[in-house]
Amino acid sequence: MTAPVMTATALARHYEVGGGMFAKPQTLRAVARVDFDLYAGKTLAVVGESGCGKSTLARMITMIEEPTAGSLTLDGQPVVRARWPKLRQDVQIVFQDPYGSLNPRQRVGTILMEPLAINRRDMKKAAREEKAREMLGLVGLRPEHFDRYPHMFSGGQRQRIAIARALMLDPKVLVLDEPVSALDVSIQSAILNLLVDLQERMGLAYLFISHDLSVVRHVADEIIVMYLGKAVERGPKADVFAAPRHPYTKALLSATPQADPAARKERIKLVGELPSPLDVPPGCPFAPRCWKVQDICRETRPELDLPAHAAACFFPLKPGENATDAVLSEEDFNTESLPQTD
Amino acid sequence: MSLLSVRNLSVSFATSAGVFKAVDSVDIKVDKGEILSIVGESGSGKSVSMLAVMGLLPWTATVTADEMIFDGHDLSMLSARQRRHIVGKDLAMIFQEPMSSLNPCFTVGWQIKEALRLHLGLDRRARHARAVELFELVGIPAPEKRLSAFPHQLSGGMNQRVMIAMAISCNPKLLIADEPTTALDVTIQAQILDLLTGLREETGMGLVLITHDMGVVAETAERVSVQYAGQKIEEQPVASLFRAPHHPYTAALLDALPERATDKRLPTIPGVVPGQFDRPAGCLFSPRCKYADDKCRAKPPPPLGGDLGYARCFYPLNTDERAAS
Amino acid sequence: MSDTLSAEVKMIQNRPGRLREFWFYFRENRGAVFGLWIFVGFVLLAAFAPLIAPHDPSAQFRAFALRPPVWQDGGTWRFPLGTDPLGRDMLSRLIVGARYSFFVGIVVVAVAASGGIIIGLVAGFAPRWLDAIIMRIMDIILAFPSLLLALVLVAVLGPSLTNAMIAIAIVLQPHYVRLTRASVLSEKQKDYVTSARVAGSGLIRLMFVTVLPNCLAPIIVQGALSFSTAILDAAALGFLGMGAQPPTPEWGTMLAEAREFILRAWWVVTFPGVAILVTVLAINLMGDGLRDALDPKLKRS
Repeated sequence: MTAPVMTATALARHYEVGGGMFAKPQTLRAVARVDFDLYAGKTLAVVGESGCGKSTLARMITMIEEPTAGSLTLDGQPVVRARWPKLRQDVQIVFQDPYGSLNPRQRVGTILMEPLAINRRDMKKAAREEKAREMLGLVGLRPEHFDRYPHMFSGGQRQRIAIARALMLDPKVLVLDEPVSALDVSIQSAILNLLVDLQERMGLAYLFISHDLSVVRHVADEIIVMYLGKAVERGPKADVFAAPRHPYTKALLSATPQADPAARKERIKLVGELPSPLDVPPGCPFAPRCWKVQDICRETRPELDLPAHAAACFFPLKPGENATDAVLSEEDFNTESLPQTD
Repeated sequence: MSLLSVRNLSVSFATSAGVFKAVDSVDIKVDKGEILSIVGESGSGKSVSMLAVMGLLPWTATVTADEMIFDGHDLSMLSARQRRHIVGKDLAMIFQEPMSSLNPCFTVGWQIKEALRLHLGLDRRARHARAVELFELVGIPAPEKRLSAFPHQLSGGMNQRVMIAMAISCNPKLLIADEPTTALDVTIQAQILDLLTGLREETGMGLVLITHDMGVVAETAERVSVQYAGQKIEEQPVASLFRAPHHPYTAALLDALPERATDKRLPTIPGVVPGQFDRPAGCLFSPRCKYADDKCRAKPPPPLGGDLGYARCFYPLNTDERAAS
Repeated sequence: MSDTLSAEVKMIQNRPGRLREFWFYFRENRGAVFGLWIFVGFVLLAAFAPLIAPHDPSAQFRAFALRPPVWQDGGTWRFPLGTDPLGRDMLSRLIVGARYSFFVGIVVVAVAASGGIIIGLVAGFAPRWLDAIIMRIMDIILAFPSLLLALVLVAVLGPSLTNAMIAIAIVLQPHYVRLTRASVLSEKQKDYVTSARVAGSGLIRLMFVTVLPNCLAPIIVQGALSFSTAILDAAALGFLGMGAQPPTPEWGTMLAEAREFILRAWWVVTFPGVAILVTVLAINLMGDGLRDALDPKLKRS
């Protein structure tokens, strides 16, 4: 197997919040000890609800923020602050909101050429422009769009421009932070196809951040499920979707609506809401909402167990196991209704 | 007789570059206790048509309709005062952003009691009792305590529950939910949808669910109306819509869902929704439709019969379904 | 992939340009259009003052001192708006005075805005402690009554039009600092700034190339509004003898010179006063229209 492009080991990011004149600052653990490997041509999806730390993870990988602890390597070289300017070129990002991620006062051409103007000073202006035009074609836009302003484009087209800009420096890793969440279904499918094409053509490693499981199921190779800054489950896509081992993953899968009225609906209704990230329970972060919770879960924090398909749970679900507790699901759980069957 | 009956509703806006038709001859019918879902992408006019029914559009909008009857009242004939009496009481609405729909300056309890005071004229004690009762109904834990909370102290899901509590405070006959779960997380979305369907069963109110999420539609709705560029292009019961869509747009939209994909490449719909400046002369979907011919491009197709889902198409799909059903 | 976009090309071309859209919203506001026309007239008057003015503004026609305007008894067409106590033509002095007012407005706004924008940008990007220092200094300047502070500054620098302009610019500058800083802080949160950082932009590039152009709309509005404030303050300083010195035909100075004749000859005070009033009102109306057209929050869809 080839070596990973990027490796993160026990990556963590804490924030000090509050701490006015009298208040003691509290520590917000936005991301706590996350490990992963990114491989060229493969997609790692990070799934979770709001506040689970997925965007903070993206900011650390793209070198916007420094990790509080843990290490990150790119092509075997450690990513430290002193080397950021050099390494940055290899990691680029595409944001969720195509209306906010393009500078409204710059023309498309300028937007595309800016990364080159900053990082490839020796490159001739004509060469930069040629490369930008080439990239414009690659993402499916027309040459005449080169001199237009972003406000003249629709959301899907803007997202294409954002992708083109991210690819201008020939990065090895592309972080996609909810790249299709703000788009309509018909546009979303075109952008997903474009991403698949580009990955095949350029051998990119994707870190695909999303809350939408149906999109993740389509694009991902590996999945990390995050909850309150912790990775609670990690494994190959097929395994995670077919037989989730962490109760939270299972709940998330069952809560995702399926576009099939005939599908049987047994939702695992999670009681309560996400605890505040300032006040993460001492044991398993999911313990207050979990139906399998026992005393040990509230006291000790579980770690990811197996190497291949790991779950951070003391009582991981076995394949085929259902959430039998009557409180949670009235009807019998049935393997036919497992989400992989559609 | 149906609860809400709107025929030939059109809404146009005066903008810097002329008149923009946001809703184009749409018919809406909701029965008592029914869940109708209006589906469409952005720019399909799905929210605008409902805001027009509520009378909540700004003055730049021109609303015309052959008929707009809610529960026996002709909405287009009512004075502003009479309309206010109905809107908010019998006809309630909740919005996508629970955070911005609530006034951040007042406690949620004050806001819900204000609604009760205006519409029901209850005294102080009765208002408080009713507010607690409503909070319990929508599943807010510790209602007494939460009444004195400000919107920013509650999570998005909790705020949406408060909005729902306010909307149902006067036992509305019809609740319009405009993308009620789009801003919420999946696990919270499931809770809110369950709450809405549960309330429908308890109170027998009609529910109009405006959404772009096909998954939500499939799991919640009974009848689905698909809108495209301001027109209603198809309407069917949910099961048959997903099994056998008649309009090519509906079919393409369903095919484009990643979860229905069979290949790494998803089927796509080329082009974008027509905007203000490029409305086609014929069928609005014709520039993007793979079945379109010269006839489609030349003149707009009228809606077909109910057995074909009122599809606005000359060449409806899945026509053999008609024989089966 | 290319056919995906063929349908969109037409739409893009038909969409109204930014300037046209701006004019649509500006036109909505009748007062603003009215103000714009007066302002244009004011600018033309200032530009061609020596050609338009019938007399030299400082030429003294001693024989015609304190002549009333033409429609009153004793008025003559030679001096349509009458003369002042030294026999100088009021109309010529007012026309040339427009030149001074316009000059004051331009210079003050340019100095205050450029200084304010730079300080505001620095404050927006600076670490917390520097930001706090800058903003507290601005708060101190704002805590003084503005005219009083300008008076003190002129008293220190010595009374002249140039010093008055410097003083007014310093007094007006904190508004620009606060405005710029507020826009910078909100723009900084946006994804395009982050994406510029990921692309490797340095701090200077981020400040001036990425963020600044997106903060300009409210600053332009503020510029238009403080143009009138500058004219007003310059007139006030002139009136108090701290601005332009006689015989400069500056409107405020004209008012001050004519103070003692207010009961005998109404025209010597009224016309400069009306000139100030109309100009300031027109610019304020125009500024309101600019805000309506440029501020997206006030736009109706």
